Amino acid sequence: MTASPIDPSVLALDIEALRYAYPDGTPGLRDVTLRVAQGEKVALIGPNGAGKSTFLLNLNGILRAQSGTVRVLGEALTDASVRSIRGRVGLQFSNPDDQLFSPTVLDDVAYGPLHMGLDRDEVLRRSREALAAVGMADFETRAPHRMSLGQKKRVAIATVLSMGTPIIALDEPTASLDPMSRRELIDLLRALPHTILVATHDLAMVADLLPRTVVLDGGEVIDDRPSEDVLNDAALLYAHGLEPLSAHGHPHA
Amino acid sequence: MSVASVLGDRYAERDSAVHRADARVKLPAALLYILAIACVPEGAWTALALLAAPIAVVAAAARLGPLFILRRTFLALPFVAVAVPLIFTRPGTVAFEVPVLGWHGTHEGLTAVATILARSWLSVTVAVLLTASTPIVETLRALRVLGTPRLLVGTVFFTYRYFDVIGSEAVRMIRARDSRSAALPGRHAGGRVWWRATVVGHMVGSLFARSLDRSERVYAAMQARGFTGELRFLSTPAVRGVEVAVAAAFVLAGFAVVLGDRLA
Repeated sequence: MTASPIDPSVLALDIEALRYAYPDGTPGLRDVTLRVAQGEKVALIGPNGAGKSTFLLNLNGILRAQSGTVRVLGEALTDASVRSIRGRVGLQFSNPDDQLFSPTVLDDVAYGPLHMGLDRDEVLRRSREALAAVGMADFETRAPHRMSLGQKKRVAIATVLSMGTPIIALDEPTASLDPMSRRELIDLLRALPHTILVATHDLAMVADLLPRTVVLDGGEVIDDRPSEDVLNDAALLYAHGLEPLSAHGHPHA
Repeated sequence: MSVASVLGDRYAERDSAVHRADARVKLPAALLYILAIACVPEGAWTALALLAAPIAVVAAAARLGPLFILRRTFLALPFVAVAVPLIFTRPGTVAFEVPVLGWHGTHEGLTAVATILARSWLSVTVAVLLTASTPIVETLRALRVLGTPRLLVGTVFFTYRYFDVIGSEAVRMIRARDSRSAALPGRHAGGRVWWRATVVGHMVGSLFARSLDRSERVYAAMQARGFTGELRFLSTPAVRGVEVAVAAAFVLAGFAVVLGDRLA
């Protein structure tokens, strides 16, 4: 939520020829190159197993590519910079249960800022601000595991917001949400000033929220165009495990 | 990242007669052979060498190389360390003295420990051969056929089945935590040790709660499909006579070695 003091012309993400193979040798990413300007909102689409989650995990050094470079706001990802990069790229994981481990919502949202060594008042201020932003201010003392999936997902986003990372990457944020929770989540993301990268199968959300779409399949960038063009390219979508919106009755935004 | 690759299935796929042999034959044969090894008296080196020979034959037939077997048996060997004090506690003729401490190692103690080492290593090798040549589900089926209580077999089966699931869950939780473990320039990151330990405690508790929830869902889904407490298998082919004969020959050879040594 804090404004970053970085020159706005610096790329938020500058990914060059990223190559990642899983420990068993299966290729996960093949020469992925992607540049994202500050404040852009980008969709990452593609079939299951395309490498979307693997790509997101590479953005803040949870997974480390065998070759290629990741630059976040001008800073290259290295062993020395990984902790500082994690203060710049927040990841929201697809399953909020993986992300929420504390006995209360407030403890969980406070984890990130506490780890950064901020003082108590600042931690509380940030945590409360983040909870208010996701509409969960009244849930501070609740236990995360007793909440609904929609509530968990919003708290999971708050745990990232409280860190003040200028870039947020989300993995399937709308999956399994009821229509109202989904709508609220999309509105929340729209209101955020952050650079946002969303891996998703929810093309209606892409049309609604994210002006640019990157198609990933087999660990490769297949396409990278304005979302409107990609979403109207039925042949492209069908070729990569997706379906044009009109086919299941959603109007284009 | 598969947790099973570290701690789970020990099956090593090969095309061999040992692999194809029925677990209902292999399991009792392996257990009886280990019993024979356990019966070897202290210092009976010839008997131990004779018992090692059939094991080497089975390993070769199963196409499991000596390096593969050595690597796996080393995992079990640290447990043998508990036998080492015997070198000093067994009474007998003094073989050496530890400087400074003044402990006396005896010849009898050395023989005892060397025998325990050899017996343990041979037994572990037999177990490694069994687990490497038999899918775990087959081993469990054999255990059930041999009368192991179904609750015990079921527990092992589900531990095996869900180990990787829960392990991956733990890996994802650690990743999610690390992703939020950032540092700011000029500030001490990471908080106090006690706080970090508390976080780990909460993660373990959360994993336990999730496993409990999962077990209830799994059980409900199994009941919905008619589960009554007994694991069932698609088909149970008849045990082949040849396999029984070969296994019996190995076990009998083992006991003959032990008996021969005792009588000699």
